[in-house]
Amino acid sequence: MRWRKIKQASVWWLLPLFVLTLMLTGCGQHIVTKDVMQQVAESNEITWGVKGDMRLFGLTDIKSGQVKGFEVDLATAISKEVFGKEVKINFVPVNSNTRLPLLRNGNVDALIATMTITPDRKKEIDFSNSYFNAGQAILVKRGSKVKSVKNLTQGTKVIGIQGSNSVVNIKKYAPQSEVLQLADAAQAFAALKSGQGDAMTTDNGILYGLTSDDKSYHVVGGTFTKEPYGIGVNKHQKKFLSAINQALKKLEDNGDYQKLVDKWFGQIAGFDGSVVK
Amino acid sequence: MISILTAHWSELVEGMKYTIGSSLIALIGSLILGIIFAMFVISPNRWLRIIGSVYVEIFRNIPLLVVAMFFYIVMPRFVPGLDGFKAGTIGLTIYTSAFIAETFRAGIESVAVGQMEAARSNGMTYLQAMKYIILPQATKIVIPPLGNQFVNLVKNSSVLAFLAGFDLMYQGNLIASTTFKTTDTYLAVGLLYLVMTMPLSYLMRYLEKRWSRLPTV
Repeated sequence: MRWRKIKQASVWWLLPLFVLTLMLTGCGQHIVTKDVMQQVAESNEITWGVKGDMRLFGLTDIKSGQVKGFEVDLATAISKEVFGKEVKINFVPVNSNTRLPLLRNGNVDALIATMTITPDRKKEIDFSNSYFNAGQAILVKRGSKVKSVKNLTQGTKVIGIQGSNSVVNIKKYAPQSEVLQLADAAQAFAALKSGQGDAMTTDNGILYGLTSDDKSYHVVGGTFTKEPYGIGVNKHQKKFLSAINQALKKLEDNGDYQKLVDKWFGQIAGFDGSVVK
Repeated sequence: MISILTAHWSELVEGMKYTIGSSLIALIGSLILGIIFAMFVISPNRWLRIIGSVYVEIFRNIPLLVVAMFFYIVMPRFVPGLDGFKAGTIGLTIYTSAFIAETFRAGIESVAVGQMEAARSNGMTYLQAMKYIILPQATKIVIPPLGNQFVNLVKNSSVLAFLAGFDLMYQGNLIASTTFKTTDTYLAVGLLYLVMTMPLSYLMRYLEKRWSRLPTV
């Protein structure tokens, strides 16, 4: 008897939740049209969408709760360049599934979240010039005979991440190597460490993050696919976009960009990600 | 679901080969290990009893995935050449053997104490009494629970998927992540597991019936 009452009550609680979900889904279609330049000039506040779980790029510090990384620093530098030193900068952690809806809803003004510039995404949003030369690379133990993807021949094993594009790519670039697919980057790295494979492959950004954790492994041979990262802004924000591009150019010219690269990637052996195109 | 089965038949069959291979090895291995450790647990020797109990309690109470991961990630540092298939099969064998040991212990203990005493007083050694008097009776009792363990073992072999062990579940994961037809893929995989486990269930039921007709010693 009591259980039935609880069940009935829970249905009434679920109903508004359901309606709310419907409303939120509807919001996804709404595109913010207000000019970001003007909006920030009024409120003196800008919000960036950044990664919260990506070592070196944007990682939430468990103690302070702040996001730290190369992208966070670069976003800070760009904001100050465009809107002046006094501007208040907010960072909202996003992931690959939430970042586009959050940008389009206006929850964030711009995205700097390890996002590759692709033709498909260009239909949805605008991209700045590339600020990081991302691409697929391989990670090996120091002293390994494998120096580049070309060395992955018959009889070698390469470890990849289940369901990722990089696994499809490596079959193209190293067709004779046996591919072992593990659930995520941490497990793949553990398998590499215990000698289950000769190399591990995924995006160089992730691999750099792993090497910063364990210096006895390094990225070799550079990238063999091109997946440059760009800053994403909504369409109809041409003024904001050109301001970002100018700021990027200026930061590169005055050496601030290189300082940030050195700060985050200076210790990384085999690093070749720095670029402003 | 049919389209998944036809389009990816060769991968699924390849996966089934690994699943069946791993299950067969683990089945035989865990049966042998299980009987040995069951004998340890009920042994009159105190040290054997301790070794047996520790083994059973450790491996019975750790998740299979952890045991298998241990053999995949940690052990290769000491034993080279331990790939996903081998590590997973060893983990599966050891994990299942702990349960089989418990099953056999229960079976042996359910045979009346008088049987052992009678055998010993007729001049049999402890091992002879075990072999000719106790174990044949115990085996009959343990067949139904043993059947459960074997079916569980085949299903548990899906742990290989986490170690890149090329089994049915691993192939299923890859197909699901490349085709994005998640529901259909796992339905097909479930069906193929049924194809492997159902005959095993029936075999165990048949054995159960057949052995129950044998006269009691």
